[in-house]
Amino acid sequence: MNSLLATALPFVTEGPSEVSSVTNDASWFLENAWIIPLLPAVSFLLILFFGKRMPKKGAEFGIAAVGIAFVLAVLTGFSWLDHRDNFDGPLAESPSVTADDGHHDDDADHSDDVDHSDEADHSDEEALGVAVIDQDGTSSSDTVVLTVEAEGEGGGEHAYVAVQKSTQWLQSGGIEFNAGILVDGLSVMMLFVVTLISLLVHIYSTDYVSGDRRYTHYFAFLSLFTASMLFFVLSDNILQMIVGWELVGVCSFALIGHWWEEKPNSDAALKAFLTNRVGDVGLLVGMITLFFAAGGGQTFDTLAINNAINQGTVGHTALVVAAAALMAAVMSKSGQFILHTWLPDAMAGPTPVSALIHAATMVVAGIYMVARLYPVFFEGMQIGGSSINLLSTVGAITLVFAGLLAFVQTDIKKVLAYSTVSQLGYMAMALGVGAWTAAVFHLFTHAFFKANLFLGSGSVAHAVHSFDMKKSMGGMKKFMPRTYITFIIGSIALAGLPPLAGFWSKDEILVGTGGWGLFGGTGGNGAYTFHLLMGMVGAALTAAYMTRCIYLTFHGEYRGNDAHDDDHAHADDDDAHAHHGDPHESGPRILWPLYILSGFSILVGFLNLPKGLTGVPDSWQLRFEHFIEPAGASYFPAIAHGAPSWSLAIVSTAIALAGIGGAYWYYFVKVDGLAKQTGQHLTELPNGFVTTNKLARTGHKVLVEKYYLDHLYTGVIAGFTKGPLARATYWVNQNIIDGFINTTGETAVKVGRGVYDKIDQGVIEGVVNGSGKVSDATGEELRHINTGKVQNYAAILFAGAAVLAGAFIIALAL
Amino acid sequence: METLDTNNWLLTALVFAPLAGALLMALIPEKEEDAQKQWAIFTSLVTLGLGVGLLFTFDYDQAGKLQNFVDMDWIEVIGAGYTMGVDGMSLPLIALTVLVMPLVFIYSWNHIPSPGNPKAFLMLMLILETGMIGTFVAQDLILFFVFFEVVLLPMFFMIAVWGGEDRRYASLKFFLYTLFGSALMLLSFLALFFLTTDPATGEHTFNMLVLSESAGDGIVRSTQLIIFGGMFVGFGVKVPMFPFHTWLPDAHTQAPTQGSVILAAVLLKLGTYGFIRIAIPMLPEAAEAWAPWIGLLAVIGIIYGALGCLAQTDMKRLIAFSSVAHMGFVMLGISTLTDFGINAAIFGLVAHGLITGMLFFVAGSVKDRYHTLDIGRLGGMLVQAPKLGWILGFTAMASLGLPGLAGFWGEFPAILSAYNPAAGLPEETFRGYMVVAAVGTVLAAGYLLWLLQRTAMGEPSEEFANDPEITDVSTIEWIAWTPFLVLIVVLGIAPGIIFEVTDPAVVESLKGCLETGCEAARTAAEAAGG
Repeated sequence: MNSLLATALPFVTEGPSEVSSVTNDASWFLENAWIIPLLPAVSFLLILFFGKRMPKKGAEFGIAAVGIAFVLAVLTGFSWLDHRDNFDGPLAESPSVTADDGHHDDDADHSDDVDHSDEADHSDEEALGVAVIDQDGTSSSDTVVLTVEAEGEGGGEHAYVAVQKSTQWLQSGGIEFNAGILVDGLSVMMLFVVTLISLLVHIYSTDYVSGDRRYTHYFAFLSLFTASMLFFVLSDNILQMIVGWELVGVCSFALIGHWWEEKPNSDAALKAFLTNRVGDVGLLVGMITLFFAAGGGQTFDTLAINNAINQGTVGHTALVVAAAALMAAVMSKSGQFILHTWLPDAMAGPTPVSALIHAATMVVAGIYMVARLYPVFFEGMQIGGSSINLLSTVGAITLVFAGLLAFVQTDIKKVLAYSTVSQLGYMAMALGVGAWTAAVFHLFTHAFFKANLFLGSGSVAHAVHSFDMKKSMGGMKKFMPRTYITFIIGSIALAGLPPLAGFWSKDEILVGTGGWGLFGGTGGNGAYTFHLLMGMVGAALTAAYMTRCIYLTFHGEYRGNDAHDDDHAHADDDDAHAHHGDPHESGPRILWPLYILSGFSILVGFLNLPKGLTGVPDSWQLRFEHFIEPAGASYFPAIAHGAPSWSLAIVSTAIALAGIGGAYWYYFVKVDGLAKQTGQHLTELPNGFVTTNKLARTGHKVLVEKYYLDHLYTGVIAGFTKGPLARATYWVNQNIIDGFINTTGETAVKVGRGVYDKIDQGVIEGVVNGSGKVSDATGEELRHINTGKVQNYAAILFAGAAVLAGAFIIALAL
Repeated sequence: METLDTNNWLLTALVFAPLAGALLMALIPEKEEDAQKQWAIFTSLVTLGLGVGLLFTFDYDQAGKLQNFVDMDWIEVIGAGYTMGVDGMSLPLIALTVLVMPLVFIYSWNHIPSPGNPKAFLMLMLILETGMIGTFVAQDLILFFVFFEVVLLPMFFMIAVWGGEDRRYASLKFFLYTLFGSALMLLSFLALFFLTTDPATGEHTFNMLVLSESAGDGIVRSTQLIIFGGMFVGFGVKVPMFPFHTWLPDAHTQAPTQGSVILAAVLLKLGTYGFIRIAIPMLPEAAEAWAPWIGLLAVIGIIYGALGCLAQTDMKRLIAFSSVAHMGFVMLGISTLTDFGINAAIFGLVAHGLITGMLFFVAGSVKDRYHTLDIGRLGGMLVQAPKLGWILGFTAMASLGLPGLAGFWGEFPAILSAYNPAAGLPEETFRGYMVVAAVGTVLAAGYLLWLLQRTAMGEPSEEFANDPEITDVSTIEWIAWTPFLVLIVVLGIAPGIIFEVTDPAVVESLKGCLETGCEAARTAAEAAGG
């Protein structure tokens, strides 16, 4: 790429740091993690070609592949735990931005590597006790390079060393581009989440979509999705990330539109894809900016880019542009306000898909991308030492505004969808305030309890053939006690009540805002007080709308027999055993995934108990952070960690309880009481707040209309582009541009006719007849042409001229 | 420049095999249509065999040099030579041509468009093949011009005779428009001839190697700009670039399926190839001056073509318009004058050939079954002909640039290259182009997915619900299409197959730019940038 190099970016001239936080010589499972995405990819092909001929219609391929992938992911996880604490092998050269170091030649480098590792060990010792936390938020290379966290944090003696394996993928402009895997705590965690939930969803689906019109297709796309998602999280470069990012998007498109016979479903699929494409503009621009600004126009390597930024060699403007552009991608993929509108519509897809793709995995791709490229955002958004930035604020707004929308939904999946948007807002906000581990931990816990809730809602819908809480549910507790219990567990975890999973991760996010001197806390990267408050409001909202959801679904009287049949078309499953009368509990293939996910919803929070928690041994504290966060690694910025406090935890729990209490009072006491009193099936108070108060009524209307964003997007923007703008363009094409051409042509013909009339006709006719004979093969048609309008004569004239010209040249040659 | 002269008979055989086949076809009696079809398939397979031979004997380590080089006197009076050679830049396009043609002939087995007469139809396509391959191997401007024009007549007759309802208007427009461009192009060639002397012989020359080597040396800047302008119109019409594109939707829509496929797969490549083979290497200084304007027209074409697609009600016309947008990406890559951008452009050409060619096949088969291409009347194809519907969906995804499929590697690197155009080009302007082009990808997704939704999804309309003619993909169609589908995936996963071939040749072709014309600007930029 000599001409690209020509504009020699000033910072490239400085060589990268000699010390890196990456090795390409680790244990077998870490080095060969690429097998994990390969398995479902193979299963996709098998299902595609042989699925329909198999006894289980292809599902067996998917389950086997994802099952093995899950086992491998677990083993990779254990290898990582060992690697994190005990690795003392050779380090690789830091991925560099100079042309001659585009790929790693393992064998050749080994002798060098030994030296490096010695150096690394030395610097380890020297670095002990060096403060990693850089309070003013500007990263500097000397604190980033291979320091390890000082005392405390049991077992932290070893430096954090990621594993990278790559091979050449393509070459253009004299530069080699690699494809490879990057295995560190973050990607290992994602491998576990994706394979586990995918496996459970596969098993669940064999019951849930049994008898579906396109059962085999469904499993094929589940496999393809799983492969793409795993490919994405293992990417060691941003080009590969783009590929994975788009592939999960297309699987999402296909699965949202799984029942494309109905237009609303295909509309939802298109909306999802197109909204994500809008975000992809940002993705392309942002990644390209990074490629040139941080990769020196030489490499897409994630670590090289992160290293360059950490070394302070990348211009601030470029980082601002890159971070802002990538924000658009995060907003679309991870459902951040204002590009979130596709996600609730995506519920048109089968429920297991919603659980896997639109709750646990794909929608966190944006969060993952930010976490993976954290230096870009940490520097570009100036997260350290600040009190507001784009990322944190978009997250904070998303979490509250989406939480509000969840209150006006009657479709249980839409409640969960807005809840997902809201929780993704938490994650984005956490990343925005510098609470990296809290965000990733919330991603982790959320995956389990939200998948639990979605699959739970599917279990209910499977029984009543509808998602409408108000028309078709109510009192489900007595029909589906097992589903009920798992749903309650998921809800408590989501609401953030101790000691379930959501509490720990949410609390860490609030701690991480650092804006809480009020509660006696310290630390954090800045003073994000506004975000702390939004987080608190969000906690109350979450607790309240889940209480509402539980009441409408499981409590009160069963309303399903009222107006059951008109909704039947919406029912999610295809099977013919449409039944009337009372619904019944789901079968084991649906319940067992719920049990397992409930277990995770209860337990996973304990993986990252706060530091200094009374009564908990040190070795049980901050395990997640220790194994996942690349603290001190060359590719990770120096971030500060807030210190937890009891008062904050108590206040946030109290707020969540208040949310539950409020909703409980309204639904379980007032509505339920009135319903029993009147004997009617009530879901809201007939003369409640929103009907009597004008302001509340307006607010309610705004929420029902989803802030009018869909009107803006579908009606105004898409409508204008497809309608007037496209038509106007085409009008210009036909009447202006083509009009000019046609006029020119006609004028030429008129001039020609003048010449024809006045000058010797015989010559012209001779040419016409001559060329007519040449193409006699076309007989009939040609006669039509001959008898056509004068325009046609012009065509023949030119054709004849060309033939003559050709003959002339050949004649010259002879 | 060094050339490799081994196997120098191969290109001649490759170019003229189809023509010989066409001449021999004249001996087959009119009535024996099967024999004619078999002969055409056989001829194209022989050509494919020669092409495969070329692929195997090509020295990939020296892809920057012209190989199988032949240089003989041809028209001594005007100094035109019989000069041919292949390098990494032309090899993928030749491979594309020799691969696509047999598939088109196979497809023709039971798809001879009305009014029949397969003999003439097949002969024209064989002549066309000679013209197309010849254009990609010619290393002499007159030879190039002859092949370039040889393509014109067969296509004209294919549209005029076997085309749709509006065929006369479309064929005439196609013919006059491109001939007009060719006239200017020829003038530019002549100007180059008279203004350049071969340092070895001291005579004027049409030899493209010599002209590239001299790279406009000794021609005053203003004259260079005018000559480039002539080529710009000539090649730009053929590409086609906005605003010279209006022949394309008409020609594409009216042409028979085979004609549309060949137009999309190969003919649209001739103009872009002209830019990277002739215009830029021979007049680098002028290229630099014109590049921002080419880039501007390219991005206008991206947006404009996409909006044009959105306004269409005819499936085939929509696909035709999408070519305008796709060629916009290709031209954007070229206008950056970087090796990265031009590599992307060549990749884009091959990818577009496969993808849009495939889309036209699908459109043709839809027309066969439904007897209409009116998007409003179609629908539910996935129900009635599920495989056809899935192929449409797959190809639409490829066309909108989905990573993992071929389209992405033409589009993304082209957008990428605009971030950092060649030194001397206005960086901010090109970064603006980059953003506009990226926005174009949204519109591309829009028109393709709306097409898919309206034709393939939903329930079949009453009109066609019980139509027995609507059947799924036939065996002949599978044979003709499978290579397209496979290559779309293979090139998407392993784009290096093409990039590694084109890269050295592209670097070589930009040498003139880097060594002479752009040198001063680059030095200045370096001094300013530090």
